Amino acid sequence: MTRIAVLKGGRSLERQVSLRSGARVEDALARLGHEVVPIDAGLDLIRRLRAAAPDLAFIAMHGRDGEDGTVQELLEILDVPYTGSGVLACTRAMDKVLAKGLMVEAGIPTPEFFAFSETAFRELGAAEALPAIEERLDFPIVVKPSSGGSALGIKFARTAADVPASLVAAFSYDSRVLLERHVAGRDLAVSILDGRSLPVVEAVPREEEFYDFEARYEIGRTDFVCPAELTTGVAERAHELAIRVWELLGLSGFARIDLMLAEDGELTVLEANAIPGLTDTSLLPMAAETDGIGFDELIGMIVELAPRPAAY
Amino acid sequence: MTTSRDIERYAGLFAARTKVMRSSAMRDLMAVTTRPEVISLAGGLPDTSTFPPDTFAAVTQRIAAESCAKALQYGPTEGLAETRDCIAEVMGAEGMSVDPDDLLVTTGGQQVLDLVTKTLVDPGDVVIAEGPTYPGAVPVFSAYQAEVVQIEMDAHGMRVDLLEQTLDRLECRPKFIYTVPTFQNPGGVTMSLARRRRLVEIAHERELLVLEDNPYGLLRYEGDPLPPLYALDHGGLAQAPGRAASGFVMYLGTFSKILSPGIRLGWVAAPGPVLEKINLGKQSTDLCTSTLSQLMVQAYFERASWRDYVSSLVEIYRARRDTMLDALAEHFPPQAEWTRPGGGLFVWATLPDFIDTSDLLARALRDNVAFVPGESAYLDGRGRSSMRLNFSASSGEAIREGIRRIGEAVSEQVRLYGTLTGAESASRRSAPAGASGADVLPMPTPAERRRRAGGDP
Repeated sequence: MTRIAVLKGGRSLERQVSLRSGARVEDALARLGHEVVPIDAGLDLIRRLRAAAPDLAFIAMHGRDGEDGTVQELLEILDVPYTGSGVLACTRAMDKVLAKGLMVEAGIPTPEFFAFSETAFRELGAAEALPAIEERLDFPIVVKPSSGGSALGIKFARTAADVPASLVAAFSYDSRVLLERHVAGRDLAVSILDGRSLPVVEAVPREEEFYDFEARYEIGRTDFVCPAELTTGVAERAHELAIRVWELLGLSGFARIDLMLAEDGELTVLEANAIPGLTDTSLLPMAAETDGIGFDELIGMIVELAPRPAAY
Repeated sequence: MTTSRDIERYAGLFAARTKVMRSSAMRDLMAVTTRPEVISLAGGLPDTSTFPPDTFAAVTQRIAAESCAKALQYGPTEGLAETRDCIAEVMGAEGMSVDPDDLLVTTGGQQVLDLVTKTLVDPGDVVIAEGPTYPGAVPVFSAYQAEVVQIEMDAHGMRVDLLEQTLDRLECRPKFIYTVPTFQNPGGVTMSLARRRRLVEIAHERELLVLEDNPYGLLRYEGDPLPPLYALDHGGLAQAPGRAASGFVMYLGTFSKILSPGIRLGWVAAPGPVLEKINLGKQSTDLCTSTLSQLMVQAYFERASWRDYVSSLVEIYRARRDTMLDALAEHFPPQAEWTRPGGGLFVWATLPDFIDTSDLLARALRDNVAFVPGESAYLDGRGRSSMRLNFSASSGEAIREGIRRIGEAVSEQVRLYGTLTGAESASRRSAPAGASGADVLPMPTPAERRRRAGGDP
């Protein structure tokens, strides 16, 4: 038996989802015979970790602090092994500007984008560059905060008049935002477990024009199809791209790569999630199940895959 | 073990009405507001730390000594007669005379909303509410699949002229009109006497039921009380020819704000035939309201002066309201407007329409402060530039600091928008927020809403 601290909650805007992921993980770990120490990450995190002295930390936190390398760094300092990706990989995946920049450099297709910091507008007059960007990207333009795995703060600017308020909204979540070419098409997610891609999940929104934050976690608002109905060629390409992103960002353990399949058949990578949701309606557990891996087995594998702390 | 597949299997079993019962991104954001380091101006909580523990101990001691078995037993669905006498006393304090037989004791005021909607509304029926309306009413109306039509308000409450126009336009008769006429939640405004009279007249002329929700009437910090609609409906209006003898106003009251929300005790007064149906509805919901809670109220009313306690609350909340209004004047930018409630628990602030308060909440949470985004007070996506601020649950110091932090975030966004559009003091709001402008309850017009950027409808 191993003593495992399940880190969940925290101050992230995805706190609620994380609490749900954490609860499911705790149940699975208990069924697998581990001693479980649930920890809602807060000011007393270090103290509680020291008191619990776990053999392993299972990080079930999403968004800020949990998914961006912060908690991973603390665990490195405390010399507590943890599940999932390391500090650098988390940092790269969480920062969409960085991740997309690396993809462009590596020749992995990702929707064209421009990134701005708040200071670029405040101090360098970046607003004057907006018309050129708008012309280049065509409307609608997707405006989103650089960090954050959920759809919070993501806006569609349909016309130039929408852009300033969309930027103000996105800057509510992060000091850096990106304006991205909107790719109309199908939402695909490729989950990866130990470097192996699982069956592709397609999210089909039922009503909403936009696959929004709520629909991601709610039953009955989005249909999830797994395996997605794709031609062999497209499916293979999706797996290939996902694995390339996994390797490019240095992810480990498990992750989820989100892609768009445009109407012309082109695949582009939107983002990588270092700690995808583990709730009842999450895509990684669904893909694993389609692959014959039950939830408990999945959690067991994630635990087994956790590396010993190493220099990074 | 539950898998995602299993969940999808259950999904086929859910009733159609559950499709609208969903958690929202905003509610997920609200999960962060409960963290101890967050100054929350979001809740609607009374300050229960003001209740004397000695009194509480004496009340429970007395119940244990004198009516233990009764307190632990089921009670009648309509409530204990003793409790209904206490309720009649509370209503009397606001100028209403009620026969205890016309009352039904409920599990909080919220249950009245649920029971009234359950009793009157079939899917697709129209309910009329104020815009903005009590955020807690939104999921109730949604769950019963009501079509909600929201009538704009100004500084004098619901625009009854717009109500009449809407009633003329509607092709069906609404099942009821829901209003919080006094110190409205979330608007903080109070319906004028003239509008109250007219509303009751309309109810009689058109034979429409009105549900008057009055949790805050006794929490008045200035000015003279206005008669509740219920009082106007029951003998307060001159008998007009042809006026029906029985009333059209259903009254929702609660002990939550004048005593304790923890005891979950509210009530409804309604015309006999309606009350009978509500009684049947309550039987299927929970048989009866907690007998223990009802006896606590009765013992408390006998032992202590509930009016003195309410007076002490009024003193405390008045000071906190003043603190909030002062802090708003000091820290919010000139492009913002807010209401000045004469009572109740809430201020409603409206920002320039390029600010989405749900996004602003995410920004504010970084600074450990929270409010309720205005969107939650509408069923149609309006209210996105407004916010509800509570002043009853925080200390003066916390209120000042909370408003300072929100004000800073708002100012920052106003400046950023100015930079982005090249207009330094950007505001699309034409009315200046002077002393007079601040008394109104500005709502975005449809044209403004269309101009808004933003997520999606």
